[in-house]
Amino acid sequence: MQAPKWLNIERRPIPSGRTIFTVSILAIVAALIVMAIFFAAYGVSPARAYGAILHGALGNWRGFSETLRRMIPLLLCGVGLTVAFRAQFWNIGADGQLLFGAMAATWVALFSGLQGPLVIPVMFLAGFVAGALWGLIPAVLKVKMGINDVITTLMMNYIAMYVALFLIHGPWKGPSVRGYPLTDIFPPAARIPTIGDTHVHWPTLVLGLVLAIVAYIMLNRTRSGFEIKVVGENPHAARFAGMSELKTVVIAMLISGGLAGLAGVGEVAGVQLRLLDPNQISMGYGYTAIIVAWLARKNPLGVIITAFFFGVLMAGGDVIKVNLGLPFQLINVFNGVIMFFLIGSEIFMRYRIALRRA
Amino acid sequence: MGWESWVISTFARALAYGTPLLLGTLGEIFAERSGVLNLGIEGMMIMGAYSAFVVTYTTGHPWLGILVAAVVGGAFSLIHAFATVTLKANQVVSGLALTMLGLGLSGVLGRSWVGLPLFTTLRNVTVPGLSAIPIIGPGLFTRQNLLVYITMLLVPILWYILFHTRIGITIRAVGEDPAAADSLGVNVDRVRYLCVVVGGVFAGIAGAYLSVAYRPAWTEGMTGGMGWIVIALTIFAFWNPVYGLLGSYLFAALYHLSYRLQTWVSPELLKAMPYVFAIIILIFVSRGTLQKRMGSPAALGVPYTRGEE
Repeated sequence: MQAPKWLNIERRPIPSGRTIFTVSILAIVAALIVMAIFFAAYGVSPARAYGAILHGALGNWRGFSETLRRMIPLLLCGVGLTVAFRAQFWNIGADGQLLFGAMAATWVALFSGLQGPLVIPVMFLAGFVAGALWGLIPAVLKVKMGINDVITTLMMNYIAMYVALFLIHGPWKGPSVRGYPLTDIFPPAARIPTIGDTHVHWPTLVLGLVLAIVAYIMLNRTRSGFEIKVVGENPHAARFAGMSELKTVVIAMLISGGLAGLAGVGEVAGVQLRLLDPNQISMGYGYTAIIVAWLARKNPLGVIITAFFFGVLMAGGDVIKVNLGLPFQLINVFNGVIMFFLIGSEIFMRYRIALRRA
Repeated sequence: MGWESWVISTFARALAYGTPLLLGTLGEIFAERSGVLNLGIEGMMIMGAYSAFVVTYTTGHPWLGILVAAVVGGAFSLIHAFATVTLKANQVVSGLALTMLGLGLSGVLGRSWVGLPLFTTLRNVTVPGLSAIPIIGPGLFTRQNLLVYITMLLVPILWYILFHTRIGITIRAVGEDPAAADSLGVNVDRVRYLCVVVGGVFAGIAGAYLSVAYRPAWTEGMTGGMGWIVIALTIFAFWNPVYGLLGSYLFAALYHLSYRLQTWVSPELLKAMPYVFAIIILIFVSRGTLQKRMGSPAALGVPYTRGEE
């Protein structure tokens, strides 16, 4: 592509942290402006809509607690996705991995016969294992057979959803719920403690924050992290250096799927207290987490901020739905728009573009 | 004579369900042959389904609805083309964004259209002569709508264009080795734009088929993951329209047959079948894709900038 004469485009060596930050903020601002046009089209003044979002998500304790509640699964899934994306593994399947974590937790809570203080740790363990195993399948299929990871992880979201639906309509349908496709409510020992009467299941939040730090150290300070990076950026060099692509991708996906599984445990044992319609459990967390991880530039510590940001948007989205009568799907439109601005803006990181002086 | 009607109904259902899959696959084959992976099929399909329904409902002309859906699908795909060809953005992420945008936008715009009945849909046509062929005739050529037959006819045409015309050679050259094509004076960006838009137009029509012919109504998310199956079928087809036809109909037939298991398997698990099939099919063809001759376009997924390899 030949650039116009009045433009000067030169390749940047490596974008500085400040460049990345500035470009990301500008992309967000551009997306917010596009959304403002949508609000206006719905006859709601953009200032009022954004005011309602901010006030609803941050202006009072109830709203803030909803923001934190949404942030928890986004944080766990998002941190996991940074690990997978670093290995250039396109894990679009966090939603399905989350559901498998939720199903494993449900089994522990209702059908394992386990009681007492051990229940919650065992639920988290089982959720991690279930999510990790569900994530393992596409990892092996990709490395061993060259099967496209985007497609398998996506297909497996649908399969996980129908497995969950099968369980709540069939074998796991609660005897006490009389015809509804739900399991029975979890016994008290299987409920993750929350702050007051909110949905903030704080142990999961703490777990997410700790794991973000652990993932950061793992990716930047350990041999496994180094191998993940090399396999992702230059598979040829990785092979030359004797690194096993299979082992590396499997490790990355066990972590990625496992963390999504933990998010699923939090949703059923901290918020819903039962297994129910998969769409109510996940609400697309696994997909939104892709943007969360991308916006954080695949940095697990950055995910803490971006997950919070999308937590605000989701909690705020609920508020404008109720208060201003705007459709909740606008949040999906926003997700699509911001993603385009993010990847579209990356050209400004790779190239320095300036008007050429005459 | 039980087995005869069984075969006939399987053929008929394979065509009815396979047509939108085939339309989407034909379009994606062109986009990917030029080197652009478009994961936004689902988003373009649902925008096509929405716009076709609205136009058909308000004007009473299903063909006008299909035309508008084609335009909307094409226009929507331009976003992907601009992001990936002009801005050299990551094709995977851009395609996902397109799908999110399409699902969200159609959900927002379509809120007031949910549950309305469509009175004018595509009429069913029986092909004279061909429908008299025993067994195959009643299955394939009786009481299908015109779009089913048009889609079938498109396959040899598109196959011919892709493999036996100058345009086809250019498209494949751009997908295999854009630098070489560029040095021969081919405008790589223009070819890629064109192929992505072709993919969008076909996906739009596929969506229209769903909302004005297959299940004449509008429901949110009515494409239900078909766009992702199209991506899998494109690989299964080895980027060849003829195999695309075989794959789409075979897949649709399997899907239909899985409902025969209803007595033994719960309906929820049956709905998971297409996705299980898709993965099994990919495992099945993975040997083939390893052979270079039938493999994917060499430059698939790689943005092209002159002078940078």
